[in-house]
Amino acid sequence: MATQLQDSVEMVEFTLNGQKISARADETILKIAEREGIEIPHLCYSEREGQDGNCRSCMVEVEGERVLAPSCCRYPGNDMKVQTNSERALHSQRMVLELLKSDVSEKPHTLHSELDYWASKLEISTPRFKPRKAVAPDLSHPGIAVNMDACIQCTRCVRACRDEQNNDVIGLAMRGSHTEIVFDLDDPMGESTCVACGECVQACPTGALMPANEVGMVEPDRQVESVCPYCGVGCQLTYNIKDDKILYVEGRDGPANHGRLCVKGRYGFDYVHHPHRLTKPLIRREGAPKNGDFTMEPNDIDKIFREATWEEALDMAAKGFINIRDQKGPNALAGFGSAKGSNEEAYLFQKLIRTGFKTNNVDHCTRLCHASSVVALLECLGSGAVSNPVADVDTADVIVLIGANPTVNHPVGATWMKNALRSGTKLILLDPRTTELSREATHHLAFKPGSDVPMLNAIMHVIVEENLVDQSFVAERTLGFEAMKKHLKNYSPELMEPICGIPAQTLREVARLYATANAAMILWGMGVSQHVHGTDNARCLISLALMTGQIGRPGTGLHPLRGQNNVQGASDMGLIPMRLPDYYRVEDDSARHNLEQLWGSEIDSKPGLTVVEIMDAIHAGKLNGLYIMGENPAMSDPDANHARQALSELDILVVQDIFLTETAYLADVILPASGFPEKTGTFTNTDRLVQMGRTAIPMPGNARQDLWIIQQIAQRMGLDWHYDGPKEVFEEIRKAVPSMGGITWERLEREHGVVYPCEQEGDPGEPIIFTDRFPTTDGRGLFVPADIVEPDERPDDEFPYVLITGRMLEHWHTGSMTRRSNVLDALEPEAVATIHPLTLEEMNVRPGEMVTLSTRRGQVSVVARVDEAVPTGAIFMAFCYYEAAVNKLSNAALDPAAKIPEFKYCAVKVTPGGQPLQFHSYGGGQAVNKLRQ
Amino acid sequence: MIEQTINAQATGKKTKRSRITSKGRQIEPKALAEVRELLGNASRQKDLLIEHLHKIQDFYKHISAAHLVALAYEMKLSRAEVYEVATFYHHFDVIKEGDAVPADLTVRVCDSMSCEMAGAEGLIDSLETAMGEKVRVQRVPCIGRCDKAPVAVVGMHPVEFADAQKVDDLVEQGITEPESIAPILFEQYLSNGGYTIYQQCMAGQHDVNKVLDMMDDSGLRGLGGAGFPVGRKWRIVRDQPAPRLMAVNIDEGEPGTFKDKYYLDRDPHCFLEGMLIAAWAVDINEIYIYLRDEYAAIRVMLEQELAKLRAHPPVTNLPTIHLRRGAGAYICGEESAMIESIEGKRGMPRLRPPFVAQVGLFGRPTLEHNMESLYWVRDILEKGPECFTDHGRHGRKGLRSFSVSGRVNNPGVHLAPAGITMRELIDEYCGGMLEGHEFYGYFPGGASGGILPASLGDVPLDFDTLHEYGSFIGSAAVIVFSDKDRARDLAVNAMRFFEDESCGQCTPCRVGTAKAVTLMKQAKWDEPLLEELSQVMVDASICGLGQAAPNPLRSVVKYFPEELK
Repeated sequence: MATQLQDSVEMVEFTLNGQKISARADETILKIAEREGIEIPHLCYSEREGQDGNCRSCMVEVEGERVLAPSCCRYPGNDMKVQTNSERALHSQRMVLELLKSDVSEKPHTLHSELDYWASKLEISTPRFKPRKAVAPDLSHPGIAVNMDACIQCTRCVRACRDEQNNDVIGLAMRGSHTEIVFDLDDPMGESTCVACGECVQACPTGALMPANEVGMVEPDRQVESVCPYCGVGCQLTYNIKDDKILYVEGRDGPANHGRLCVKGRYGFDYVHHPHRLTKPLIRREGAPKNGDFTMEPNDIDKIFREATWEEALDMAAKGFINIRDQKGPNALAGFGSAKGSNEEAYLFQKLIRTGFKTNNVDHCTRLCHASSVVALLECLGSGAVSNPVADVDTADVIVLIGANPTVNHPVGATWMKNALRSGTKLILLDPRTTELSREATHHLAFKPGSDVPMLNAIMHVIVEENLVDQSFVAERTLGFEAMKKHLKNYSPELMEPICGIPAQTLREVARLYATANAAMILWGMGVSQHVHGTDNARCLISLALMTGQIGRPGTGLHPLRGQNNVQGASDMGLIPMRLPDYYRVEDDSARHNLEQLWGSEIDSKPGLTVVEIMDAIHAGKLNGLYIMGENPAMSDPDANHARQALSELDILVVQDIFLTETAYLADVILPASGFPEKTGTFTNTDRLVQMGRTAIPMPGNARQDLWIIQQIAQRMGLDWHYDGPKEVFEEIRKAVPSMGGITWERLEREHGVVYPCEQEGDPGEPIIFTDRFPTTDGRGLFVPADIVEPDERPDDEFPYVLITGRMLEHWHTGSMTRRSNVLDALEPEAVATIHPLTLEEMNVRPGEMVTLSTRRGQVSVVARVDEAVPTGAIFMAFCYYEAAVNKLSNAALDPAAKIPEFKYCAVKVTPGGQPLQFHSYGGGQAVNKLRQ
Repeated sequence: MIEQTINAQATGKKTKRSRITSKGRQIEPKALAEVRELLGNASRQKDLLIEHLHKIQDFYKHISAAHLVALAYEMKLSRAEVYEVATFYHHFDVIKEGDAVPADLTVRVCDSMSCEMAGAEGLIDSLETAMGEKVRVQRVPCIGRCDKAPVAVVGMHPVEFADAQKVDDLVEQGITEPESIAPILFEQYLSNGGYTIYQQCMAGQHDVNKVLDMMDDSGLRGLGGAGFPVGRKWRIVRDQPAPRLMAVNIDEGEPGTFKDKYYLDRDPHCFLEGMLIAAWAVDINEIYIYLRDEYAAIRVMLEQELAKLRAHPPVTNLPTIHLRRGAGAYICGEESAMIESIEGKRGMPRLRPPFVAQVGLFGRPTLEHNMESLYWVRDILEKGPECFTDHGRHGRKGLRSFSVSGRVNNPGVHLAPAGITMRELIDEYCGGMLEGHEFYGYFPGGASGGILPASLGDVPLDFDTLHEYGSFIGSAAVIVFSDKDRARDLAVNAMRFFEDESCGQCTPCRVGTAKAVTLMKQAKWDEPLLEELSQVMVDASICGLGQAAPNPLRSVVKYFPEELK
């Protein structure tokens, strides 16, 4: 294949500076010259932003042509004679650099100005032209300094913003010598629609766009290649470090991001340097009160905790667990692992719970995000994994996006979608909210919240009725279609129109568009999964793909967009109460025996309890000891007051974390752990791509590696564990998780990432699965019909609005990291609830005023923000605010199959006014401030 | 006591408060309703952005930020896309918060070379003092009435041989509509046998190859300035894959040029018939006509005449014809910049290759023509190529429409033999020099064609003949100046024009024109530096604007050195 490709490329012979050269006809003269060791200045061209040909610093002379040619845009032809260094070519190159230099201020903003580099190469001294009028800096953005006095209008930032990330904020306005780079309507960057992905900063050759606070003027002393610690997209990045502090972050060319990052990945790194970092083990003081309805008194934590040695803290934790295990039985214990930790940490954690605690009561936050998706996928297709990577949207003709807001929650993943849409792919957006992508959608179905099943059934009804079913796929690869067909009879679009609020005609058009596409891909988020009918929602999406044969090929398939950076990995590793590593059921005797052999220890054959069930069990007095590693259920669980109450009732709560979270506040023992950039480990992204995160900086104070802590607890509970480090744990994972058996640590170190399934060493890894069979017993995919299930709590006279919870671009999850990040905290400093302007008007509230939200479970007061994206009659709020924890309001009603709570829907009352927020800001990690001292 | 502290900053301290809206400017419901009202049922497709901006500008006499945001939302464009386009074109007054709203009425005064010679500066001065608050006086580049200089435009109403009194009278009387013109209308054109040739073509009575041969034989060349042989262009585009498009360039902006206006004022259907014949010959079904905004009367007339043509098509399958309105940008006369503008974007020239004939409008192969090139098609087919080739002087063949302005007795459009000399043109067609003026020099091809001295008044004027003098004929816009004028001042005027009209894309032109103006305004020219600057502009600019901009400057150094002493 590769040789064929090379053969088909046309080769040409031409003369470059007197030398005969043979080169590809599709490569620019600039690139060819570069390879031949001939340097030609260039500014507007870069590998990443591509060619534009506007700066004219790369002009070369082509014999017989009237004018010079831009070598960045010009391709060679046979017998062409090109001079890069003739007097005439050099004159233009030098004059262009001199003209640009004359208009750029002498004060540098970067140590790596490409203009200065070329000017000094071509020995340009002081420009002879008078400079243009001085341009004032724009420092309105906390993360990015705009110094247009260094701008050369090369438009690399415009292309970065518009062609690369498709954020469309930067423009080239005015004309002639007034031409300028602008944000929106020439607004200050900080007041524009800029989402601070930082792509423009990465693109700017002259320092006109730089990280704020003149960070660009500090030379890093080393760089470490790692991965982003936030969402499931799994962007590879580079930490730039000086004196063991992270200076700034740059995108790296990983399979999921190709150098792109979002605001969190690029600017949310300094939390690790925050003074709040836990640096010593803490033990709760005797008699310190422990109430679920606590208010954190940050200045008084001395009254609640005392410092302890590691010895004492670990002993106390282990003894607490042993006592309960031995006196009340293993099932009185439980553990919450973390989807933020590495595969190695997740693996050891569940192994500790299963073999040390001797219970399957081990779960993690996947329960709260995609449990229903995984349950449905396992049930219907035999695997909980995504079928195709996000970037595969590139090969799709149609994208169906439902219940997901990727520009906010998976920003870099969203850029691949936007890229695809702008090159002709069609988007069917199914979402009650008018999200950013609605501008790009062919069809936006803003259905009534909670009416996913009737809408999807109606679409399937049309596919059956209009004979758009892929008959051979259904016959050869599926089971249960006849029952499905019968079931769908009652779901005509006309009948469903009043229920879901979408015109029957639109439902029909969408059905045809999806079913008849050559390749159509479905992606979804927590708008699908976090409902009492979350599993049913996912079943419908799976049926849709099965009946149209839109799975198992490039550009097709099913992709639940995973939340946390390692939620895929944590699930793969068995941080699930009913599943062992690699998704074997705990009841599966042969799988359990295999693992018992490997572990040399018995495993309970009964499934354990899930996150919310564990809280209920504590409340019922049946569960008394809990080990939480890096999770914050006091903020993230639904009906958080109830969860906090339960946590306060435990006999022993051990929390391993990097900050004193709301959960840690109720702990008996707090173990200071390692932050993401402080450890090495593997992380599996939403595409099933296993990637290497590497230690970049040392841990603060006496904090310890999580792997070390887990092992210390294990050893104290009688397990003879001595793993040297992540590599040894990984070697064991390869044995416990056959689908990753072929991935070696060395290969990960070398290639940074390998996709699984990869069962044998040397396998390339399979980005697209289900190509010829499903991993079910008979290899077929199963249709599971779904009926309409009402949301658990409908609005009524007393609670007339719908409360939707979710996340926001700048803050991650419960906010413990991002709210301690300088830039992110400055961008989103306080708790807000977003409301449609018409609804606000109806509430008689003006934007910026306080409102109090109350549900049957609790109340919080927040600032009201107007946002047209929110449907009328609804309130949207992110759960990242400790001072206004929206999960005090949310409903813990569970989906029966997956036990996922209904975060996306409950009834709420809104009253104007309310107690002002108690706390405002933790500030950032101040890495920069320290550097500047 | 433990070392661990958890500090939070209490509310009310000097911390930044949260945004109370979603990111960026909000869509104002009132502005959105107003924009929707103005746009009505018109398509929201992207390429209509400039058309829609015109609607707002025409109605409100400016475009507010709120309207831009609303328009962006309505057209599903980003704010930056709308803003960058609106601010590119001089006929859009983008007004942000705190900016003064321009007066309802604008009086535009041309300050290009011919008008400057005729006293535009004085006119501007007196208007600025006389007009007061309610009228904005604006300097504008050439508006295509150089034979009647100086020229002002009140609203859309042109004032020829303008003085402060004439302008004031119109302002007082509220006459701001386009002037009335009396061309040959559709009905009359038909009754004179118009569209017969086109009908014959469509009916298969003319062989395409023979028609192409006739075009070749006529020697007709692109009359927008580049002079590319018309027949060859048709053949090239015809060989490109379908669908092919046509774009007609009536963005006549080269200072001193008014020939397109001259013909359209008189016989628009002769052009339209030529256009349709070209579409037939090249097999094109969709045509875009791009008309400069300054020709408001012609726009109104063409809208009416095209409506008649569509209502009574001479053939059954008439191509779709779109009329697009420029917005005050000389650069859009450059063929690829015009294409960008038709697509609703900033008029920035494209890099070539690929050429417009291969990848043009909306990415399709495009036949692009100056209006006049099409105007002669009917005559050539009707009367034979000889109607062109029978003319010519000094070894040249064909006819040229010279737009003559400046210090002559009879300025105007003169259809004269190609190869005629300047002196012959002045004497035989222009009634000689104005009394008291002695022929001193001339611009043979508008601002960009350079300046030649009277000593070169006997050189044949045609494509290719002026190359050796560092000059070109371009669109045959001849500006004659006399011993009462200084070539140096006119060169500064030309360079200032290029600075204003540079699209700003490439460094040599964007920065080069601005630096050149600064240097040329100095009492003593730094000739070596100006020459270095000229060289990079000629060699390295993307398009003809930057490449030709140094021509007048170089001409002064070469032919009028005494003025620099």
